[in-house]
Amino acid sequence: MITIFIPTPLRRFASEQTKVSLRAKTVAEAVQSLTSIHPALKPYLYDEFDAIRKHVRLYLGEEDVREKQGIETTLKEGDELSIIPAIAGGKN
Amino acid sequence: MEEIKFSKEELERYSRHLIIPEFNIAGQKKLKGARVLVVGTGGLGAPLLLYLTAAGVGTIGIVDFDVVENSNLQRQVLFTTADVGRPKVEAAKERLSALNPFVKFELFNLHLNSSNAMDIISKFDVVADGTDNFPTRYLVNDACVLLDKVNVFASIFRFEGQASVFNYQFENGSRGPNYRDLFPTPPPPGLVPSCAEGGVLGVLPGIMGSMQANEVIKVITGVGEPLAGKLFQFDAAEFKTRIFKLTLDPENPLTGENPTQKELIDYEFFCNAQTHSISKEENGVVKEITVNQLNDWITKGKKFQLIDVREPYEFDIVNLGGTLIPKNQILEHIDDLNADNDIVILCRSGKRSHDVVKLLDHQTHLKNIYNLKGGILAWAKEIDTSLPQY
Repeated sequence: MITIFIPTPLRRFASEQTKVSLRAKTVAEAVQSLTSIHPALKPYLYDEFDAIRKHVRLYLGEEDVREKQGIETTLKEGDELSIIPAIAGGKN
Repeated sequence: MEEIKFSKEELERYSRHLIIPEFNIAGQKKLKGARVLVVGTGGLGAPLLLYLTAAGVGTIGIVDFDVVENSNLQRQVLFTTADVGRPKVEAAKERLSALNPFVKFELFNLHLNSSNAMDIISKFDVVADGTDNFPTRYLVNDACVLLDKVNVFASIFRFEGQASVFNYQFENGSRGPNYRDLFPTPPPPGLVPSCAEGGVLGVLPGIMGSMQANEVIKVITGVGEPLAGKLFQFDAAEFKTRIFKLTLDPENPLTGENPTQKELIDYEFFCNAQTHSISKEENGVVKEITVNQLNDWITKGKKFQLIDVREPYEFDIVNLGGTLIPKNQILEHIDDLNADNDIVILCRSGKRSHDVVKLLDHQTHLKNIYNLKGGILAWAKEIDTSLPQY
């Protein structure tokens, strides 16, 4: 099992869960699995080409998956994945 | 540079800095010699300005175009009830000068934009970004990169806080990551609700803005290790903190391998452009009525249906007696809409209701659907001033 941490702004689209544990071999698989459990997250994580949105970063432990193999980065038992969306405060 | 000296009063005032061995009078002199620009006097700007002023930063520039509003006071601890309606930079200067008369303030009562940002930011050593919107975030970042200034960053939303020190110059002369290395583009407008729609826990900007002030002081004095090349994340709901490593993005248009951007751009366009690929009709025209027209309809006893698409907790704060159907449930309640009558859709500011009208225009055969322009805020401003503006 791996754990995905849901940031506070996205929890309302994930039944207010702070984290979700699931089985996945890669980062891509983990995010797909997450959005199949919580479909309301999908538009916040994927763009219209099914790529991870550019204002959303995925970290494996402390490391940006961009510095590894991106969403193809393989996961091992106990890995922790964090989703970090851009937030600006106040007005849009 | 002329030698920096302190009066007896200043030495007494700053004595708790002076007796920290790593800080001492050398650190205090660097603070007094420093020029810091604080962009935004909101929730983050309040603690930033209070602590930087108390700490004895020599010159502080303050940028804000807004006036103090009642709804600011829950988190913007720089202001008092008596300040409501005053320009924020003026109220801030008065409060801060009373706190520390040894600090000079330079006020910029304006909207920071691509035509004035380079000129203003070039006059300062360090920038602290306490703004509340994506276009200004990217503007401040890009100007700091182009002018080689450190950008001390913090951002908040509801229970979430983020902080970092961008574009920091390391001892070997290399520059640390900037905002565009972290987030190459902003979210499409409408995807993330604004604080005004989403709310912010009042004390959170106090915590994050204080951390920002701490980083500004560290950057100026060289004490400790700044939060450069790292992103600090704070979950105030669960009290969880995490630090992530930030790296340079080779595709960064300013500092990447093939830089394409040499000057500031149109940031409103840049941030709004993100939506075009999602929906080309995002800015499409929908039928609207003003609050005055709505008032007229009510006075004349016209038959129509008023649908409030806000959340139940917003409806509890103030409502106009409409039927509550939150935005994301509207399609499930199509049968509740009466096709024979005119239908007015309302929300807080008119944005969500605009989206709902457009959605109904596209996905249903309902004809007479109107967006209430300006929402319940406009109603509270123009028609019934006894209602709260939240």
